[in-house]
Amino acid sequence: MSDTAEKVKKIVVEHLGVEEAKVTPEASFIDDLGADSLDTVELVMAFEEAFGVEIPDDAAEKITTVKDAIDYIEKQKGE
Amino acid sequence: MFQNGFQPRRVVVTGMGIACPLGLGVEHVWKRMLAGDSGIASIQSFDTSALPARIAGQIPAGVRADGGLDINEWIPIKDQKKMDRFIQLALVAAGEAVEDSGWAPQDEESRCRTGVMIGSGIGGLETIHEAAQLAVSGKSKRISPFFIPSALINLASGQVSIKYGFKGPNHSVVTACATGVHALGDAARLIALGDAEVMVAGGAEAAVCELGVAGFCAARALSTGYNDTPTAASRPWDEGRDGFVMGEGAGVLVLEELEHAKARGAKIYAEVIGYGMSGDAYHITAPAEGHEGAFRAMKAALASAKVTPAEVQYVNAHGTSTPLGDDLELEAVERLWGDAAKGLAMSSTKSAVGHLLGAAGAVEGIFSILAIRDKVAPPTLNLEKPSRESAIDRVALQAQPRRIEVALSNSFGFGGTNASIVFRAAP
Repeated sequence: MSDTAEKVKKIVVEHLGVEEAKVTPEASFIDDLGADSLDTVELVMAFEEAFGVEIPDDAAEKITTVKDAIDYIEKQKGE
Repeated sequence: MFQNGFQPRRVVVTGMGIACPLGLGVEHVWKRMLAGDSGIASIQSFDTSALPARIAGQIPAGVRADGGLDINEWIPIKDQKKMDRFIQLALVAAGEAVEDSGWAPQDEESRCRTGVMIGSGIGGLETIHEAAQLAVSGKSKRISPFFIPSALINLASGQVSIKYGFKGPNHSVVTACATGVHALGDAARLIALGDAEVMVAGGAEAAVCELGVAGFCAARALSTGYNDTPTAASRPWDEGRDGFVMGEGAGVLVLEELEHAKARGAKIYAEVIGYGMSGDAYHITAPAEGHEGAFRAMKAALASAKVTPAEVQYVNAHGTSTPLGDDLELEAVERLWGDAAKGLAMSSTKSAVGHLLGAAGAVEGIFSILAIRDKVAPPTLNLEKPSRESAIDRVALQAQPRRIEVALSNSFGFGGTNASIVFRAAP
């Protein structure tokens, strides 16, 4: 697993208070990890803070799974 | 409860919960109160060196079993950031009160007949402070989506209703330091009028933060002369008093319609028999001459309770330890009680826990009920030399066994708002 993936996973575990094993790449924040819409807003803010990236609202709306978040952040950092 | 001939339903208290500077848990706190313990200490949670007042009543850390607060025992870590400390304290006190009452509605109808009315004087001040710091440093976009629901006063009621599934009236009170009594009185009226069968009611406050202390310092309201002897600072009616001592905490009561409580075999602590309110229309912070607003609130409360002053054996005073307020309240009580004053005990439990602002009335309501239950008047600590003599026994320094059947509790707030509530021994 990449550094980004590890870090994303850690943030998700901390913010949503879920078990690490549940945070699979396919896991949906809302459907699988018990987040509500405010939780996802906060989660995206935590990613921005941790990775020093900007995630605009229209992009944030498309980040619904752990993998979505990892892919988006890796793409931003790669550029 | 009413003066106009309308026959309201009777309301009793079936559960109580408390988090205050003497600790957590009604019995634990009451035992310490009667022993004459003080919950006032130096503020450790932030740097007070630039402030003239450096003491407060703060809830001792520890585990529930020892009467201390470990918030992780009460609220999941991931939810803690969604609520200011005042809401967390409301959940702690509500947790004890609901558990104590044994009320756990199993069907939708019962849930819809159970409401919540928990208020706060100030709300999420520390949360607002933190968000404001982000804003002034150009980081408004970093403000949490939980900022607003964490700071809003009615979210104490909201969070309690969400936790327990109470779907009845969801309401909140904001009347500064009169909040707690208004919440109890208004909630009792909702039951009396038929809007609910059960109300979880009270107040919560957590304003012992830099902004809160600085603000009350600026208003010249706080004690500043006892920073080195914190337990001596809250001294209602004593000639050495120099202002109130801030305290944090929450008090929550489960109020219930009498027949509803009897039908389920609930333990009944006391009955809420009277409630009175008034406004000073005088000054933003100072009480009116002769505390005439307080006089009218107490008079209205006794009238609605249909008792004479002579039938009330104990008053839990607002008694904040301010130079002006204490003697004015005393004067108003003396005037209302007249000759009956000599049989009255009146104490200020703020001498032990400080002034819990919006939580004060609820916490002191609990102390008044326990005074009835255990036939004992809690003490006014530090009352060594009263600034004024009175026929009223102010229960100086030590708790006193007394025959108490009916008790009245006062709370007055900035803006000139006054409220009094009357309890009687369980029917």
